[in-house]
Amino acid sequence: MSGPNTDYDPVEVTPLQAEEVEAARDAAIAAIEQAGDLEALKQARLDHAGDRSPLALANREIGALPPQARKDAGQRIGRARKDVSEALAARQVVLEAEHEERMLVEETVDVTLPTDRRRAGGRHPVTLQSELVADLFVAMGWEVAEGPVVEAEWLNFDALNLGPDHPARTMQDTFWTEPADHHVVLRTQTSPVQARTMLTRKPPIYVVCPGRVFRTDEYDATHSPMFHQVEGLVVDEGITMAHLKGTLDHFAGQLFGDGIDTRFRPSYFPFTEPSAEVDVRCFVCRGVAVSSAGDACRTCRGEGWIEWGGCGVVNPRVLTACGVDPEVYTGFAFGMGIDRSFMFRHGLEDLRPLFEGDVRFSAAFGTEI
Amino acid sequence: MKAPVSWIREHVDLPAEVGTEELTDRLTMLGLKLEAIERPGEEITGPLVVGRVLTMEPEPQKNGKTINWCTVDVGDANGTGEPQGIVCGAHNFAPGDLVVTVLPGGVLPGGFAISARKTYGHVSAGMICSAAELGLGTDAQSDAGGIIVLPPGAGEPGQDVRPLLGFDEEIIEFEINPDRAYALSLRGIAREAALGFDAPFRDPVERDLPPADGAGHPVEVEDPEGCPVFVARTVSGFDPTAETPAFIADRIRMAGMRPISLAVDVTNYVMLETGRPIHGYDLDKVQGTVRVRRARDGERLTTLDGTKRELGPEDLVVTDDSGVIGLGGVMGGEATEISESTTRVLVEAAHWEPVAMFRTGKRHKISSEAGKRNERGADPTTCEPAADRVVELLTTYGGATAEPGVTVVGAPRPREAVHLDAGLARRVSGMPIDDETAIAHLRAVGCDVVVEGERLQVTPPPWRPDLTDPQDFSEEVVRVVGYDKVPSVLPTPPSGRGLTREQRLRRRVGRTMAGQGFVEVLTFPFIGTGDLDLLGLGADDDRRSLLRLSNPLSAEAPYMTSTLLPGLLRAAERNVGHGTTSFAVFESAPVTAPHGSGPAPILPVDRRPTDAELEELEKALPAQPVHLGLVAVGEADSSGWWGTGRHVDWSDAVEAVRGVSDALGLELQTRAAALAPWHPGRCAELLVEGVVVGHAGELHPRVCTAFGLPPRSVAAEVDLDLLLERAVDLRPAPVFSTYPVAKEDVALVVDADVPAASVEAALREGAGELLESVRLFDVYTGDQVGEGRKSLAFALRLRAHDRTLVEGEAAAARDAAVALAAERTGATQR
Ligand SMILES: [Zn+2]
Repeated sequence: MSGPNTDYDPVEVTPLQAEEVEAARDAAIAAIEQAGDLEALKQARLDHAGDRSPLALANREIGALPPQARKDAGQRIGRARKDVSEALAARQVVLEAEHEERMLVEETVDVTLPTDRRRAGGRHPVTLQSELVADLFVAMGWEVAEGPVVEAEWLNFDALNLGPDHPARTMQDTFWTEPADHHVVLRTQTSPVQARTMLTRKPPIYVVCPGRVFRTDEYDATHSPMFHQVEGLVVDEGITMAHLKGTLDHFAGQLFGDGIDTRFRPSYFPFTEPSAEVDVRCFVCRGVAVSSAGDACRTCRGEGWIEWGGCGVVNPRVLTACGVDPEVYTGFAFGMGIDRSFMFRHGLEDLRPLFEGDVRFSAAFGTEI
Repeated sequence: MKAPVSWIREHVDLPAEVGTEELTDRLTMLGLKLEAIERPGEEITGPLVVGRVLTMEPEPQKNGKTINWCTVDVGDANGTGEPQGIVCGAHNFAPGDLVVTVLPGGVLPGGFAISARKTYGHVSAGMICSAAELGLGTDAQSDAGGIIVLPPGAGEPGQDVRPLLGFDEEIIEFEINPDRAYALSLRGIAREAALGFDAPFRDPVERDLPPADGAGHPVEVEDPEGCPVFVARTVSGFDPTAETPAFIADRIRMAGMRPISLAVDVTNYVMLETGRPIHGYDLDKVQGTVRVRRARDGERLTTLDGTKRELGPEDLVVTDDSGVIGLGGVMGGEATEISESTTRVLVEAAHWEPVAMFRTGKRHKISSEAGKRNERGADPTTCEPAADRVVELLTTYGGATAEPGVTVVGAPRPREAVHLDAGLARRVSGMPIDDETAIAHLRAVGCDVVVEGERLQVTPPPWRPDLTDPQDFSEEVVRVVGYDKVPSVLPTPPSGRGLTREQRLRRRVGRTMAGQGFVEVLTFPFIGTGDLDLLGLGADDDRRSLLRLSNPLSAEAPYMTSTLLPGLLRAAERNVGHGTTSFAVFESAPVTAPHGSGPAPILPVDRRPTDAELEELEKALPAQPVHLGLVAVGEADSSGWWGTGRHVDWSDAVEAVRGVSDALGLELQTRAAALAPWHPGRCAELLVEGVVVGHAGELHPRVCTAFGLPPRSVAAEVDLDLLLERAVDLRPAPVFSTYPVAKEDVALVVDADVPAASVEAALREGAGELLESVRLFDVYTGDQVGEGRKSLAFALRLRAHDRTLVEGEAAAARDAAVALAAERTGATQR
C-alpha cells in the first residue's frame, strides 16, 4: 500500500496526458481480451493492473499535480482503471467457464465399466418363504408359534391322537434318539408346536407354526431328511370347516395371486376329523390345465390343481389331551410343505439346491421373495 | 388297491353312461383317492390276433442260438387265410398252442412297428408275443418273459385277442387311507360307488350259509381277545393240477398280485372280493386240533417265505399237535403250505385283533396283503361267507368236494352305539345340513340310526371299525354331502400381537448378515465324530458331547450337531468345488445339547397333563440354543479394474459378529483365545456384557486343508440366544454436541503382546468425559519402534456438550489419557 508521495521528485514527473491514459487503457483491454487462458489473464492483470502497470504508475503521480489538474486526472485515471478492472472480471468469468468445461470433458470416464467390489449377501429362500407366510397370517391377526426340533415323543405323537400302535405312525419315518427309553424324537411335523400352544395358552388361538422337521427319507431330488413345514391352528368357539376353507382360500390368493383358491378332498389324519387333502388351483394355468400354447401345463402336470397339504377339523381327542374343552371349543388345523410350496411357486424341480449351500442359489433371491 | 372297472361293476349297478373318469372323480370326493387309471394295451395298434401254432421247426444258428421257424394259423386276419410264417426265438410253446400274434402293420409299445422282414433265412411276417413285448411287465404274467400261451379254447385263430388279454379293461388304482380298510376290497369299493351314484349294491358276502354245526375240523381258541372269530372249512378230492380259470387269474393280476396255483389264487381272489384275508392249509400236513394262542418264548416258525422266525409272547400263532404252524393273520408256515400234491384243504377265515397284527407285522418286518387288511381292521362278519365262497370256488374249479361240518369258534362282537347330536355335522362343517339329511347319509354309509329327539344313537356297520367317536360320524355325513360344498368363510381372530421379540430380532440378524455380504445356507444337523476330528477339537472339548440318533441315515453321521461349523465348512467346500473363489456364508439354526435330564414321560391323553408332568417333559429335552455361524473365503472386497481388492482376514469374522451385535444395540468385546478350529494366534473370544458368546477369527491352516478351503479362510460361531436375550429393545435418541470438536492424535508404543483393546480402554478412561470417541487408525511395527514393540496411533475427538473447549483443555485430556495408558500398559508416546 503506498502512502502519500512525500518523497516525490517533481523532476521525474511525466505529464498525464489524456491520450496516454486512453492508450494505456486500450492496451490493457486488448491484452485482457487476448488472454487465452487463466494463466495469460493472470499475466495481463500483472502487466496492466499491477503495481507497476502504467495506470498504477500514473495514478501515483496524481498527488504531484497542481490541485486544479488533480481532480481532472483523478477522474480520468479512475475511469480507465475501472474499465480495466471490469474487463478483467468479465474475462475471468469467461475463462473460468471455459476451463471448467474443458476439465469436465477431460475427466470423462467409461461409465459402462462393470463393478462388483462388494459381495452380495442374501437370505435363504426357504427362510424368506417362511417369513412371507408368517407375515400373511400376522396381517390377519394371527401369531407365529415355535417349538423345539428335538421333541418329546408324547408331543409329536400321542398328544396328536397317534397312539403307540396307530398304523399312521408307520407312515412317518421317525428319527429316534438314544437312549430309546427317553422317548425323544426329531419332530416329524410341526404339529407338536400346536399341542404346545394349546397346552400353554387359552383360546381363542390363531397361530401358524413354520419350522424344520425331519423324516428318515434318503436324500434325492424329491426327498430330504430335513424339510420345512408350516402348520396353522385355530381354536375358538364356533369354528367350522367353512372357516378352514376361507382361511386356505385367502392364504392361496395371497401367496399365489388373486383368484387362486383351494379345493378339499376327503382324507385321513389322526389329529383331525373330518380330514381333507387340500389342492391349490394352478396359478400358472389358473385351473385350465393347458398352457397358452395348448400343451399340458407343466406346473400342475395338466391337472389344473396342485396338491398342497392336509387339513381338517381338530379331533376332539387332541383338544382333550391338550387341555381344551371340546364341548366349548372347536378348531381347525392345516399343514403344508414350505420347501414344496417354494418349489412349485418358483419352478424348482429338484429340491437339493435348497440344502447344498451353493451361494449362487440363495444369492439369487436377495432379501425378499 | 387296484381294481378292474368290470369287477367293480359286477357288484354295483352303475348307470351305463357313467364313465371311468366320472366314477373315479366321485370316489375321490368320497375319500377313495384316484392314484392312476391303467389301460393295458393302450399303446398297441393294428392287428393283434389269436394264432394257432401249426408247425414249429427248431433251426440251430451259427451264433449258438436256436430259432423256431413257425407257421401260424391266423384265420383270415392276414387277408389270405394262408398260414403265416414267423420266426420266433422263444421255446415255451408247442404246435397246437394258441398264441398272441401281431401281424405286419401292428405297432407294439414303444412305437415298435411290425413288418415282414428277412431274418435267419426266412421272411418273418409278424411276431409271436411275450408279456413283456405287450408292455405287460415281466411279473404281470406267470411265465415271466416267455410267450403268452392262451388257455385251450380261449378263442378262434384270427380273432382280436385284446378282450382275452383284458385289453378292453380299465384298472383303477386307489390310494386307500388307513381309516378305510374296507375299501381294500371290491366289496368296499363297489359299496362306495353305490353310495356315490345312489345305485343298487350287490354284497358279495350276502349268501346262504351252511349251518355252523361245529362238526368241522376241531379248533380251539385260547385267546379270544386276539382272535374273536375262527371259521374252519375243509374240502377233499381237490385236483392240485387244476388250472386257475382265466377270469380269476386275470383279476388277480389286474389287482397287482401274482397267480400261483388254483388253491392259493382262490383265497387271494376271495380276499380281494370280500376284504377278508383267508389262509389255506394242506390238511394232510395238519396234525390234530388247530389252536390259537400267543407264542411262547423260544418258539420258532419257518414262514412260507422261507424265513425262520423267533416268536415272542405277543405273537398270535396257530398251532397243531406238532407246534406252531402259522403266524395268525400275518403269514402261514412253510410246513403246512399248500403244494403241488395237496388234495385236502383246510380253509381258515379268522378275525384277528388289529393291534396284535400291527405289532407282529412290525416286529417281524412282514408286509403282506393279509397283514395289511388285518392290522387296519377287517369286517368280522365276513369270516363265514368268505370261507364258504372259497369252498365254492375250490369245488367249482378244483374238482373238490366240500366236507360236511362247519367249525365257527367265537362270534363277531356287537358294535356299541355312539350317541351324538343330530346337528354335529352341521356344527363341524359350517354347512346347512339338516338333521334329516344327516340321518339319511349315516344310514347310506351303513350305520343303524335311532333318533332320540335331537340326539342320535348310531351303530356303525361291522366293516367300519374306524367309526368310534361322534366326530367320525360327522365326517361320514360331510363326505356324502360333498367336501366341494363347504363354503369359504374367513374367521375373525382377535387382535394379534404381531411377531414376538425373538422373531423380530432373528429376522434383523438375518438381514444384517445379508447386508454384510453373507449368503444364508441351510445345512443338515447330522454329524459324526470324524467331522469334529477335522475341526481339530480336543478330546475333552464340550462340543464332543453329542445327542445320538438310534436310526441315523448314515453311520458316518449318527449325531445331532453341537456346532454349525461342520455344516458351514462343508457348504463352503462345495462352493469352492463349484468354482466360486470368494464368498461368505452364514446359517442361523439350533444346535443340540447331548441330553436333557431323564426320560420324557408318555403322558395320558384323556386329560390335560398336569403342569408338573409338562415340566418333566420339558426337562427331558436337551437344550437347543440357536447359533449363528459364518464362514468367509477369498476376497472381502474384490480386485478389478479399480485396483487390488482385499482378502478376508480374521477381523472380517469379528466385524461380521460386531455388525450383528451393533444391530442388536450391544457392544461386542474381544480378547485373545485359542480354540479349535481357529488359528491359535488369530482367534478372538467374543463377549457381550462380560459373557462369552462365541468365537471368531482365522481358521487353523489344517482345517482349511481338511475342508479344501483356500488358506486364511475365516469363521465365527456365536450363541445367538445369548445375544438376543440381551438385545436393547428401546434405544435412546442420541444427543449431539454442536460445539467445535478438538482433535488430538497420539501414537503410543507398547510391547507387541499388549492388546490394543487394553490401550484403548486406558485412553478412554484417562481422557475423561470430554472424550467423544477414540479410533485406532494405524498400527506400526518395525525398526523405528524396535524389536518386540508396536506403535498404535489413535485419533481422539474431544468435545463438551455445553461449551467450546478453552485452550489447553483438549491437550490436558489427551495428556491424562496418555498418562493412564502409560501406567496401565507401559505405553510411551512416540
Ligand atoms: Zn397348471
